[in-house]
Amino acid sequence: MKVFAFHLMPYAALDMSYAEKYSSVWLKLPNSYFDPKIGYELYNRYLDELELAAELGFDGVCVNEHHQNAYGLMPSPVVMASALAGRTGDAKIAILGNAFGLREHPLTLAEEHAMIDCITGGRLITGMVRGVGCEYFSMGANPAYSLERHIEAHDLVIRAWTEEGPFAFEGKHYHFEYVNTWPRPYQQPHPPIWCPSQGSSETIKWAAHPDRKYTYLQTYSAFDSVLRYLNSYRAAARDLYGYAATSKQIAWCTPAYVADTDAQAIDEARPHIQTMFNKLLPKISQSMFVPPGYMSNESMKQIFAHKATLRGGQTIEDMIARGVIAVGSPDTVRSILIERHRQAGFDHLLLMPQFGTMPGELAEKNIRLLAAEVIPALQTLNDDDYIGFEPAAAAAE
Amino acid sequence: MNVFMFHLMPYAALDMKERDKHPSAWVTLPNKLFDPKIGHELYNRYLDELELADELGFDGVSVNEHHQNAYGLMPSPVVMAASLARRTSNCKIAILGNAFALREHPLTLAEEHAMIDCITGGRLITGFVRGIGAEFYSMAANPTLSHERHMEAHDLIIRAWTEEGPFAFEGKHYHFEYVNMWPRPYQDPHPPIWCPSLGSTETIEWAAHPDRKYVYAQNYSPFTNVCKFLDQYRSTAQDMYGYEASSSQIGWTAPVYVADTDEQAVAEATEHMEALFNKFLYLPFETLFPPGYLTAQSYKRVASHKRGIMGSQTMEALIENGVVIVGSPDTVRKKLIECHEVLGFSTFVALMHFGTLPADKTERSMRLFAEEVLPAIQPLSDREYRGFEPASAAAE
Amino acid sequence: MADCTESKIDIRGCKIHMRRGGTGDPALFLHGAGGIPGWIPAFQSLSESLDLMVPDHPTYGLSDEPEWLDDMNDLAMFYLDMLDELDLNGVHLIGNSLGGWLAMEIAVRSSTRIKSLTLVGSAGIRIKGKPIVDIFMMDPDDLVRELFVDQTIAENILGMNLTEEQTDIQLRNRVSTARLGWQPRLFNPNLRKWLHRIKVPTHVIWGDTDRIIDPVYAAEFGKVIAGSQVTMIEKAGHLPHIEQAETFVKAVSGFIQSKAA
Repeated sequence: MKVFAFHLMPYAALDMSYAEKYSSVWLKLPNSYFDPKIGYELYNRYLDELELAAELGFDGVCVNEHHQNAYGLMPSPVVMASALAGRTGDAKIAILGNAFGLREHPLTLAEEHAMIDCITGGRLITGMVRGVGCEYFSMGANPAYSLERHIEAHDLVIRAWTEEGPFAFEGKHYHFEYVNTWPRPYQQPHPPIWCPSQGSSETIKWAAHPDRKYTYLQTYSAFDSVLRYLNSYRAAARDLYGYAATSKQIAWCTPAYVADTDAQAIDEARPHIQTMFNKLLPKISQSMFVPPGYMSNESMKQIFAHKATLRGGQTIEDMIARGVIAVGSPDTVRSILIERHRQAGFDHLLLMPQFGTMPGELAEKNIRLLAAEVIPALQTLNDDDYIGFEPAAAAAE
Repeated sequence: MNVFMFHLMPYAALDMKERDKHPSAWVTLPNKLFDPKIGHELYNRYLDELELADELGFDGVSVNEHHQNAYGLMPSPVVMAASLARRTSNCKIAILGNAFALREHPLTLAEEHAMIDCITGGRLITGFVRGIGAEFYSMAANPTLSHERHMEAHDLIIRAWTEEGPFAFEGKHYHFEYVNMWPRPYQDPHPPIWCPSLGSTETIEWAAHPDRKYVYAQNYSPFTNVCKFLDQYRSTAQDMYGYEASSSQIGWTAPVYVADTDEQAVAEATEHMEALFNKFLYLPFETLFPPGYLTAQSYKRVASHKRGIMGSQTMEALIENGVVIVGSPDTVRKKLIECHEVLGFSTFVALMHFGTLPADKTERSMRLFAEEVLPAIQPLSDREYRGFEPASAAAE
Repeated sequence: MADCTESKIDIRGCKIHMRRGGTGDPALFLHGAGGIPGWIPAFQSLSESLDLMVPDHPTYGLSDEPEWLDDMNDLAMFYLDMLDELDLNGVHLIGNSLGGWLAMEIAVRSSTRIKSLTLVGSAGIRIKGKPIVDIFMMDPDDLVRELFVDQTIAENILGMNLTEEQTDIQLRNRVSTARLGWQPRLFNPNLRKWLHRIKVPTHVIWGDTDRIIDPVYAAEFGKVIAGSQVTMIEKAGHLPHIEQAETFVKAVSGFIQSKAA
């Protein structure tokens, strides 16, 4: 198994009295709440944290894209991936993901990913996401075309990376007379492509297609939902496409916090994880996160069902009970994660060692302890430790 | 004087025989000629060279944007500036420039510049360029709208950086219901803005405006043109806007090579400098100036000097015309001091890698420059500048 | 020699340069990227049976450059305004190249005042894999050569000494064409789906050696516009009305007389 350190880079110093006037930290929370001097410290601290993780043996580090909000300060994960390029040794750098279809010119991202792939000698992982609903307000992109544009942007980028230029791309949403990308990616045919998702059935089916077989990353949810979605990816491969997905196509992301004892870990993590989930995370109940046309009605209903538990007011105990997060002593967390792997068989595990308002000392302590006491055991796990798809699916029913 | 080291990051290993089968190194030169393994080495070597500049005491390093070509491998200078952010500690990092108006969503660049400015604690310089003609083919942006979009994109960005969000921006080319940029830039009100140019009255008039007073940096020009345009900036400030431009608003960019003697410098640099101009930079006229990119007046003027800096350049002519500065440390030092005396630029951007120049020569040139030239020119200021009035009088 | 009158016509504040000659059904010739060289022999011949109008589009030639003209939609709407203002009915639209694209945009919006449509080497739609040659990237002299089969025509044009004013007009026309057709390159991706709205008799004329817009487009228009007739003109390039004037005029008049009288 490969274990990554994932960072959202939140504005951890947010003045919490914002909640008296604003219902969300997304889109409409005035950017006057952002103090650049604090931003400077936070960014460098967060980069230090990821570099530390790489140094201490995590297989890779991950960043992602969100606009105009205090939840994640990386409207451009390309900037972060570039900043990490020369300072992460052999670790992979995963952009999970960029929203290619939000752009009018997705080739810009293709160029940037190719540059980073060349600079790092092939350590980049390219995540392609549709972008959460709120980005469609920020970017002025039409949510009704989200899936179409995502697919067409993907096709454009794959061709740009693999087909000799110059060629014309004549799509519905994208039309370019001269596609001739310099540089080309280092990895052949291109960096591995991952699809992070909250559980969209369209994404799952698209990613599992035999032409693509993209690694599907389920983002933080109650674990029974996680399992259901990861299994539906395996099911799609088997039933729709007639092949057995490998565990390399399966990935899970979870906030993880360790301390000497369970009680201490829960105590230390509590205020920060609760802030993250209750204040910072997008609230599916709010229409800005599910603009019209963003997802099919079927998907909408499914997501609402499993995200109901992520709506405000959760305690850390709830989250632990539902398996949304892994918090405890190194032994506890190690066992939890080994058990999760036994059930779901993911070959890629993304741990988020900093969340919400968590200060630097705790984040660093967490990373060190995870690296020393938890991940070595995880990195030895493979399909031998996985109960396998059929029993898992049967057990789930 | 602030001295920057500029890098274009060309694909220095370009197969010239293949290149010659195509009209230029831009847009239609097939990307199969790019070997990613060589690209990997070149990028890292070039980043090392820029970090070396920081170590050696240059005031700043500079990168820029060009798409789909072998002349400059940075379709996104943001990637390079971000890479350098944590690998340099003192120097400024100048993106010279990004073509904001090539984009349908210029705010993406504004977000990226703000991020880099925060990460570096305020070391970013933001260059605004329109993008050279070739980009309009590569990016499918309409050149007839270039000026309008450039100005509107600029206004959008400045507002995004300085006005509290969320607000709606209702422009002709750009319309966004929610502009609310997180993060905001570190520098207050925003990173300094520079306008690199090959020589444009429109750019000068726009940059010199009292609302803006952006640094104007003249590039790749015979020295007579450098004088003309830099003085034009000062006279525009005075005559059109009624203020005296400070020398801090004036910049000059030129390729530079230093070796122990003049003869050695010329011998070592000629092949690579000529490659820069004749193989990498050269652009057919219609690709360099697509319709509407220049105003009708400018177009006619340029069309009559068609061969200007394009076509067959020789090192001899480039040195004689003062487009490049090549020689011993003494020669280069003297030249810069003299030119500064005439023009008073307080920013000098030295392109110390060019064309196919190999790593060892680049490094040696940089070290010689840093040891023997920087200490003499960095202290230069308006004290050594003969001043504007004599310049315009002398020109008449 | 020219049997036409030249005047300025004001349409809602925008003044266009109009050449007009002949009597008969009204006909409107919509020019392409290069503008109008003058009252060419083909126009003279056509005006023997038609009241032929040959304007410079707004932003081209000697016409005004109104601020509101951003794209082909605006240009099409302008011409609909013009037809209304001049109260023209039963007009035969003839469009060449970019002008053909314009003619279709007009016709799909409203054919009330239109009796027939003639497309000559027309832009406006895209067949995947068959772009129009990039007229913007080409050297302007090479472009002139590519327009014609008969290179002596090209050489004559290239050999002409242009006045300052003529050079200015040339530059202007080029910029206007870029404004309208840079991206997407000389076509409207949303036009093809509405071409069924063209119900007037339609004639598609193409030079068999058109090196700018491949003759495969002639067949395509013939297929897409119901009931249309396709005529290939031999030994002609992109401007058959200049290169094979007689054959061209015969084809145009013949069609109008037999199908759209």
